[in-house]
Amino acid sequence: MKMLIEGGTVIDPAAGFEGPADLVIENGKIAGIVNPGAGPKDSETISAKGCIVCPGLVDIHTHLREPGYEYKETIASGSRAAAAGGVTSMACMANTNPVNDNGSVTEFILKQARANAVMRVYPIGAVTKGLKGEALAEIGDMRESGAVALSDDGSVVADSDLMRRGLEYAKTFGLTVVTHSEDMSLVGEGVMNEGFVSTELGLPAAPHEAEEIMIFRDVTLAALTGARVHIAHVTTAGGVRIIREAKKRGINVTAETCPHYITLTDDAVRTFDTNTKVNPPLRTQQDVDAVIEGLADGTIDAVASDHAPHVDDDKQVEFIYAKSGMIGLETLLPLSLALVEAKKLSMRQLIRALTELPAGVIGIDAGTLKTGAEADVTVFDPREKWVYDVSKSLSKSRNTPFAGATMRGRVKLTVVGGKVVYRDGTIV
Amino acid sequence: MSETPTHAAKEIAWDRKDLLDIKSLSADEIQLVLNTAESFKEISQREIKKVPTLRGKTVITLFYEASTRTRVSFEIAGKRLSADTVNISTSTSRVQKGETLIDMAKNLEAMAPDAIVMRHNVPGAPYILASRLAASIINAGDGAHEHPTQALLDAFTIREKKGSFDKLKISLIGDIAHSRVARSNIYCLTKLGADVTVSGPATMLPREVERLGVRVVSTIREAVKDADVIMMLRIQKERMGKVLFPSVRDYSRFFGLTPDVMRGALPDAIVMHPGPMNRGVEISSEVADGPYSVILDQVTNGVAVRMAILYLLLGRGGGYEDAH
Repeated sequence: MKMLIEGGTVIDPAAGFEGPADLVIENGKIAGIVNPGAGPKDSETISAKGCIVCPGLVDIHTHLREPGYEYKETIASGSRAAAAGGVTSMACMANTNPVNDNGSVTEFILKQARANAVMRVYPIGAVTKGLKGEALAEIGDMRESGAVALSDDGSVVADSDLMRRGLEYAKTFGLTVVTHSEDMSLVGEGVMNEGFVSTELGLPAAPHEAEEIMIFRDVTLAALTGARVHIAHVTTAGGVRIIREAKKRGINVTAETCPHYITLTDDAVRTFDTNTKVNPPLRTQQDVDAVIEGLADGTIDAVASDHAPHVDDDKQVEFIYAKSGMIGLETLLPLSLALVEAKKLSMRQLIRALTELPAGVIGIDAGTLKTGAEADVTVFDPREKWVYDVSKSLSKSRNTPFAGATMRGRVKLTVVGGKVVYRDGTIV
Repeated sequence: MSETPTHAAKEIAWDRKDLLDIKSLSADEIQLVLNTAESFKEISQREIKKVPTLRGKTVITLFYEASTRTRVSFEIAGKRLSADTVNISTSTSRVQKGETLIDMAKNLEAMAPDAIVMRHNVPGAPYILASRLAASIINAGDGAHEHPTQALLDAFTIREKKGSFDKLKISLIGDIAHSRVARSNIYCLTKLGADVTVSGPATMLPREVERLGVRVVSTIREAVKDADVIMMLRIQKERMGKVLFPSVRDYSRFFGLTPDVMRGALPDAIVMHPGPMNRGVEISSEVADGPYSVILDQVTNGVAVRMAILYLLLGRGGGYEDAH
């Protein structure tokens, strides 16, 4: 079985390759990047003319809601939305029901993924039992069952000693701990960023300092323990500064942000659209600029979607009562491409933040087109304009503030293990 | 009716379906409401306090938060214009049984009301109804966001007492951060040309409040000095101790409006309070009941302003002449 993706521009940051080339796939593996027209003639050929051919995207922050909340999303539906977004590997958070805090839940997720997913799914286990922040979860057991990282995500581990012990224990098993860094006592009842907009709207608000305080704690604990800490969804200028400084000091820390934190500000909340309610909240333009700068200088390693599906019943309510989060798998790439369009990042930098670097954060073999690697490939037209019709989303949920927005850059083809799973708008 | 200067607003038409906030109103629209209210105030002084202007119109008051004054004020305003008024409060609605706001709205819509006067504890809640229902939505207070009719009745009272807003010095004192009255008043009074000052402990001042176009001072004496209008805000005692202030004693000592503080006020200053008052906390009885106080005028004017709002939203296309 040979496949040739020809006529495109191949960008593989991990291999340091960028240029017009054809990609050869054989038996599910990358067989090589060759000069245009130099590929084997006996292969199935797919044209990538005008497109960029890159490693399949790696999204290390998603919520797939299975088990427990299958009405919002399933591993099957989430994986299809991922494939449509060019994502070939994704990690899913532990806040399912039951919580993924032991090996049997981890195994269940992997079993469902093998049976129903069209791309690769990697479970993230909980740090604490039941995400309650009281006692460590069975970290070794989850690791053995296939968990790739640990996180209590939105249920922040407030107890610093417990967090320290979790980091130490995780380190023993070589697992990265992903933190939602917000001091929840300072967040209080806040449902949006505290600033001029919250002052106008009268909504309870959380200061950006809540994020900065906890990022500082978490990188400090990373220094104390030597464990690998990954700061999820960085949204604040202060947070970027603290991580930059931590990296300079040699602390083992990585960080991600999400497309909505680099495209929207708290101004979006003025509509009272509950789809703009997200944790941490949308911040100010100054924060957006600093986060983009952090991506550009490597302080922030990755862009992840924080795909968080919720049904209308959770969102079509008063702002304070609405659940937080937005779906994001299908819009991860086009929204991120705006940074390239705006010349804030090079195409290669962006692709690196969507492939090689996030794969490294959770330590999976993905995110490269090196010969011999699994043939996970994404082909996209960086210029195509299209309107995001969320009613046609492959996710089970519809909660996005980007419904009806014009996107620039569209995934044309997604290949997982040498198999075409998505092509021109359709799951194959 | 007392002699009031004419306030010729530019000839503008009222073309809004809803009254959701002051922020989106123009100064001319505000003046139109005040002028309209002026002509309605007289009705409440007649022996038969009723005109047929809104005959056949149905006004529902939908209150998700307890309120006596505002609800009764709207009800009386509706009745004096001959509208049929129906009251729903949390105790008689299905709110407590978990019905969603949207379901409630759809059910009300099915009964074809002309206006829904809504109070809700969550900012933005009236906007959910406004975008979905044909009925006019009047925001009677949404969380800490806005309370537009309160600001309008306050402006009406100030205009009645002071004539003009130009360079008028108005101080709002108390919990600015959690007050919808403060927000609506700041928008309203700055649009009308007044100089607005706010004061309160830092726990009660929202972030970047000065960007609303107000001056911030830290002591009540400074806020009272030179003020033509002193507007006290209600303290929510349930917030005591937890976050905003340590005790009633401490608050009233440093931020309460007392006769002693009033000695630093201008002789013709007026004192306002949106009610209900916590006597002895943010305002002492001597001041509330004293010569400076226009607190009961505010309540009287509330009816006229709400009649004006109901008329502007529902009474277009005839009936206005009936009122005169």
